Amino acid sequence: MSLQTLTYIVVGASFALYIGIAIWSRAHTTGDFYIAGKSVSPVANGMATAADWMSAASFISMAGLIAFLGYDGSVYLMGWTGGYVLLALFLAPYLRKFGKFTVPEFIAERYYSKTARIVAVICLIFISFTYVAGQMRGVGIVFSRFLEVDVTVGLLIGMGIVFVYAVLGGMKGITYTQVAQYCVLIFAYTVPAIFISIQITGNAIPQFAFGSEISGAGVSLLDKLDDIVTSLGFTQYTGGTKSTIDIFCITLALMVGTAGLPHVIVRFFTVPKVRDARISAGYALLFIAILYTTAPAVGAMARYNLVNTIQPGEVGAVDGNLVYDERPDWMHTWQQTGLLSFDDKNGDGRIQWYNDSNPDFAPTAAD
Amino acid sequence: MTPENRAAYWRANLQLVFGCLVVWFICSYGFGILLVDVLNNVRLGGFQLGFWFAQQGSIYIFVALIFFYAWRMNQLDQKYDVHED
Repeated sequence: MSLQTLTYIVVGASFALYIGIAIWSRAHTTGDFYIAGKSVSPVANGMATAADWMSAASFISMAGLIAFLGYDGSVYLMGWTGGYVLLALFLAPYLRKFGKFTVPEFIAERYYSKTARIVAVICLIFISFTYVAGQMRGVGIVFSRFLEVDVTVGLLIGMGIVFVYAVLGGMKGITYTQVAQYCVLIFAYTVPAIFISIQITGNAIPQFAFGSEISGAGVSLLDKLDDIVTSLGFTQYTGGTKSTIDIFCITLALMVGTAGLPHVIVRFFTVPKVRDARISAGYALLFIAILYTTAPAVGAMARYNLVNTIQPGEVGAVDGNLVYDERPDWMHTWQQTGLLSFDDKNGDGRIQWYNDSNPDFAPTAAD
Repeated sequence: MTPENRAAYWRANLQLVFGCLVVWFICSYGFGILLVDVLNNVRLGGFQLGFWFAQQGSIYIFVALIFFYAWRMNQLDQKYDVHED
């Protein structure tokens, strides 16, 4: 069986599962449709929140971002998880106690005003559309990679599937579909991470492998990484280039933004009790943390692997770099999607990746 | 519930929230950002401590913090007899 058939089977089976769940848990009432009849258990709600919220950005981009940003990537890790503390302390239990369907309803009651409600609705639509635009781009990229179709076609396929199960099942269908999605997602994310960890450090748990020694090298992964990226002219992996005030403010903005995401807030309306809303925020973050503590480990190991692939020999030596024609398969595949490209500026038929904007390193990079 | 009780419940609630926020701030903005260079002089296995707080530790603490808050709030709800069942 070819990889292509296998991909179709796996993707097809997971879609069949999602649609099956949506049919099984069809919404019968308005309460079912919007807030799943307030009958979702806190653990299931936590899982659904995690799957709902960890979208394209967390799943396909974050480890890569961190790999290239190093310490600066921490803003996403702290920012996107720290917001849940604010959500659990200030929003989730109180909104659940209020007991309506949506945030605009709360705003309308609190400020005794229809106008306030309309303002809230407009804000919500604006936030949702901005958010969905990014997600859909991600959906398009994933499908263009797996099904080897155009980004737009991939996007339409993904949108069609989501439309079917969202309209059929309402919030109840979506919740249980997302529980299934979480299991698929976390399995798909952690299994490769575990194998990369074993390969590089011999430690199977990515969170520990992150701080372990590289097999046979007698030096820790992060120290080695700091070493090799500085030898290519980049700043230390654990150092970063942004100023403290930038890191502080971006983290704060991401935290406050996370606490205000409409599709996360609405989840806390679906549990039976206020007590459940509190604990369910904890479960959501616990399930998210499994991925969020794995991602920086994957990022560091990916950077290590990438640098080692491109630069197997001495920096600046003639034969220190990977010959373009001998590049690994994954580079070929990604080149087809147009998301990875090479430009052989010095025409030596080898791949170099240096930081040529670093003045101390520019002479080496120019050769 | 008497007005005094209600005020006491709310005060206890605010104290708990404030305490949690202090921990939240210290482990992320404190250890992960403002003091990161100082803490990086300390090693935790293969990690520099500040870097570990920024990319691992703060997340673990956030999770623990929400469970702690939920547990303490349930105790307060019981104590002031406002629990739901």
